[in-house]
Amino acid sequence: MAMIDEPLYPIAVLIDELKNEDIQLRLNSIRRLSTIARALGEERTRKELIPFLGENNDDDDEVLLAMAEELGVFIPYVGGVEHANVLLPPLETLCTVEETCVRDKAVESLCRIGAQMREQDLVEYFIPLVKRLAAGEWFTARVSSCGLFQIAYPSAPEALKTELRAIYSQLCQDDMPMVRRSAATNLGKFAATVEAPHLKVDIMSMFDDLTQDDQDSVRLLAVEGCAALGKLLEPQDCVAHILPVIVNFSQDKSWRVRYMVANQLYELCEAVGPEPTRSDLVPAYVRLLRDNEAEVRIAAAGKVTKFCRILNPELAIQHILPCVKELSTDSSQHVRSALASVIMGMAPVLGKDPTIEQLLPIFLSLLKDEFPDVRLNIISKLDQVNQVIGIDLLSQSLLPAIVELAEDRHWRVRLAIIEYIPLLASQLGVAFFDDKLGALCMQWLKDKVYSIRDAAANNVKRLAEEFGPDWAMQHIVPQVLDMINNPHYLYRMTILHAISLLAPVMGSDITCSKLLPVVINASKDRVPNIKFNVAKVLQSVIPIVDQSVVEKTIRPCLVELTEDPDVDVRFFATQALESSNQVMMC
Amino acid sequence: MHGGDEVVAAPSRPPEPLDWKFSQVFGERTAGEEVQEVDIISAIEFDKTGDHLATGDRGGRVVLFERTDAKDHGVSRRDLEIMDYPISRHPEFRYKTEFQSHEPEFDYLKSLEIEEKINKIRWCQTANSALFLLSTNDKTIKFWKVQEKKVKKISDMNLDPSKAVGSGSVASSSSSSSPKPCLVNGSSFDGSYNNLSNNFFPPGGLPSLRLPAVTSQETNLVARCRRVYGHAHDYHINSISNNSDGETFISADDLRINLWNLEISSQSFNIVDVKPADMEDLTEVITSAEFHPTHCNMLAYSSSKGSIRLIDLRQSALCDSHTKLFEEPEAPGSRSFFTEIIASISDVKFSKEGRYILSRDYMTLKLWDINMDSGPVATFQVHEYLRPKLCDLYENDSIFDKFECCLSGDGFRVATGSYSNIFRVFGCAPGSTESTTLEASKNPMRRQVQTPTRPSRPLSSITRVVRRGSDTPGVDANGNAFDFTTKLLHLAWHPTENLIACAAANSLYMYYA
Repeated sequence: MAMIDEPLYPIAVLIDELKNEDIQLRLNSIRRLSTIARALGEERTRKELIPFLGENNDDDDEVLLAMAEELGVFIPYVGGVEHANVLLPPLETLCTVEETCVRDKAVESLCRIGAQMREQDLVEYFIPLVKRLAAGEWFTARVSSCGLFQIAYPSAPEALKTELRAIYSQLCQDDMPMVRRSAATNLGKFAATVEAPHLKVDIMSMFDDLTQDDQDSVRLLAVEGCAALGKLLEPQDCVAHILPVIVNFSQDKSWRVRYMVANQLYELCEAVGPEPTRSDLVPAYVRLLRDNEAEVRIAAAGKVTKFCRILNPELAIQHILPCVKELSTDSSQHVRSALASVIMGMAPVLGKDPTIEQLLPIFLSLLKDEFPDVRLNIISKLDQVNQVIGIDLLSQSLLPAIVELAEDRHWRVRLAIIEYIPLLASQLGVAFFDDKLGALCMQWLKDKVYSIRDAAANNVKRLAEEFGPDWAMQHIVPQVLDMINNPHYLYRMTILHAISLLAPVMGSDITCSKLLPVVINASKDRVPNIKFNVAKVLQSVIPIVDQSVVEKTIRPCLVELTEDPDVDVRFFATQALESSNQVMMC
Repeated sequence: MHGGDEVVAAPSRPPEPLDWKFSQVFGERTAGEEVQEVDIISAIEFDKTGDHLATGDRGGRVVLFERTDAKDHGVSRRDLEIMDYPISRHPEFRYKTEFQSHEPEFDYLKSLEIEEKINKIRWCQTANSALFLLSTNDKTIKFWKVQEKKVKKISDMNLDPSKAVGSGSVASSSSSSSPKPCLVNGSSFDGSYNNLSNNFFPPGGLPSLRLPAVTSQETNLVARCRRVYGHAHDYHINSISNNSDGETFISADDLRINLWNLEISSQSFNIVDVKPADMEDLTEVITSAEFHPTHCNMLAYSSSKGSIRLIDLRQSALCDSHTKLFEEPEAPGSRSFFTEIIASISDVKFSKEGRYILSRDYMTLKLWDINMDSGPVATFQVHEYLRPKLCDLYENDSIFDKFECCLSGDGFRVATGSYSNIFRVFGCAPGSTESTTLEASKNPMRRQVQTPTRPSRPLSSITRVVRRGSDTPGVDANGNAFDFTTKLLHLAWHPTENLIACAAANSLYMYYA
């Protein structure tokens, strides 16, 4: 056994624990691999540490995952890019393990290393590695290989490039669906590195294979490739090769494939240009908006604004708007909800008049939807419409909708609407707010559910920020302070919380004159919970108010509380006193 | 829908009846030995290659067997001849490993005990010689990885394990009760190696440090639970089935079928829901479900009313409407109190190419062509002599026993179990009259039925043949006493060879032909 000098002890432990029985210790050592490498020096890292890691790869997946990640940033520790190739063997083994997340990480690390390697090293080490993995006996190796072509290909000499394309084409026709899925996923990235003439021939034929796969799960991923490939091709090639495929996919038997198309379609519009968009993509999209399967309509409805942004307004009004009208009364609440979350964004696209004529009725009907999520989604995007047509046209319908949501029996719905109150207040203006919503905000402070009261207190603060202290003094503070006399201690506690939030917004004067007396008064409450919350509030108020106020009002109150019979009250009072001492010392 | 023509293309002459022989038994009972409830086998499944076999039992254990006969692993035939090794002509298996898959649990919210009994086992795609399988009890599905791990011997440590404890000031923080040489290099150490900043280490490294040397000779098998798919079923899970896409599987309970991604255990998608709005209206439950072996979008499920529904996942996210319904029209006049009970299907299996579906109800085995939904292409009576005793079977609940069924890899034969530890093998190729009765014992042909019953006879004509009181109680067609308590529920056919593995209580019997 070697004798280890005292200062080296921690690092020696770290090295020994690479092989500890406890997985946590092994993980910890692997996470410190760079420290170990520095201690061993570059040469011994190359000659001993890396081979050691390569040999010990039947560890638990968590350890392997950490190892795959660490090796990705290991180039500096093995002596720079000229030695980067020594990192490849252990990562190659990690590319073949069963656990998907380990393989993905190993591929990611290999790509990161490969991107820095010198060209001749790539040819000598990296490309053979990709070929070995692609010819692997188990599907796991072949799955991993698909993600490495994008790095290997650009630096390969001509003959090797041809070979790599042929290998990728094989992977696209592999027996195992997992390999074909990986090939489909990575096709876009690989295609981006392939020269234009080969792109049109080789890559497109691979793409064709994948689009005709009999596994839904492969075709799904081929859909994603459409947009990626479309952007690489010249517009006329895109129209010739990609457009027919996507139009076909939009009528695929499998709803999951159509769902993917509905999600991706807008991305293709730019690639094919305006004319094919009008003649082919718009009809395809309209079909998807009217699909039999609700899931497809949800996806399509969710993209309606993005799609319209690309089209010219006339096309949108002529073709898309009628579908939107239908969707607003769709039988599935989720479709309506998806539509409601984006439809407000159509207002700026269509302009003022069409919005008033066409969209407004839809907004209004969605605002009256029986499903709260739909109404909430409309309200959450109010600002987008406000810019185009102003709020007045909506406000009539808005108020009943808000009131109904505010009193919904599900507390999560109430919570959601509270979150939007400051937004509404800023859009609707002070006058509207005073008349209609002020009472609601006070009512929430007395909600039965804690989360609502908590949100309500926060809401009061945000309103004070929005409209300023003067307004708050008129419309919020008196009402809030009134409630401190509520017979239920939980509601009194909410008010204390609201006060502590309001104080910084209202400023020193108002805090001292209005808020502080209420708090001090509450220190005489009969419920200990109130009293220790008073101590907490006082502590939070100390930095805001003048030193003299602390001395004259706050400290005496706290001192009194430190003699309270209740242990918690004494604890928080003492804590607050200590912090006031610290403030004084500063 | 065109699953190949495995049976249609059969030779004009039906294959010869098979001559079944005893191959192996695991867990054989000695005379007078009492069977422990937890040892009773509750699931049997071959993997896709047929090189592995898994069984699950009521005690929540999964036992794996591996094939050992000449076919395997890198040893050439010639080597074996030189070794004067007998070359077996049929698959032989040996015990590989076992692990505890499920433990008994208690659901505190519902005040329900959850048994550990393994309801189903399904093999997943093998990778790197690691085996993967899914096992399920009534509520929870688990994904297992079984892998050989090297037994490691570590030597050449930097710190002498015996001296390390207490050898330095830092080491005093380690717990001396632990025999481990090192201490937790967690928080207490962070400070110390952060002090070892970059310039602490000389450019050439520190020569006195060394990496531990690892030597290993032997390996052992380790089963690790990789994922747990829980909290998705309100009722008891009766089936799990892998999809041919290699990334998803389904689990079915009495009222719902859920779709999972193997990689994601936190969510599943409900794809079939037969729960009526009012449970009073419930007339039918799901009894079994299986994915099509090659078409990733198709699955079949059976019901307690005797129907099989084929659904297409491409049609809709929630498959409330079936694509095809396979149901046999009720024979007029044959209705009795038991008609509905015995119509309940206990198991469905696709044939290897997916063209046919085999179903088992209480009295019969039926083979369906998925291109023909008017009725089964063949019906086989499993134990017609029990028909007069349905009343007794109802009284002692045996009528609710769930017998499994299986098809041979070539699709020419089907098999299923019965009482008295017997199972029956029928030829289903056109013109075949093969019908064999075997007993799960070392002498399977002891109870050979001399006169083979004609298969492919429509059920209606059979019911007319049955005469009340044709059998003496407690005695089967051959005059042998039979026993409701020894039932052969679980069996599996090897995917490529004529080998059947079946469970008689706690014993696993294998027969070959």
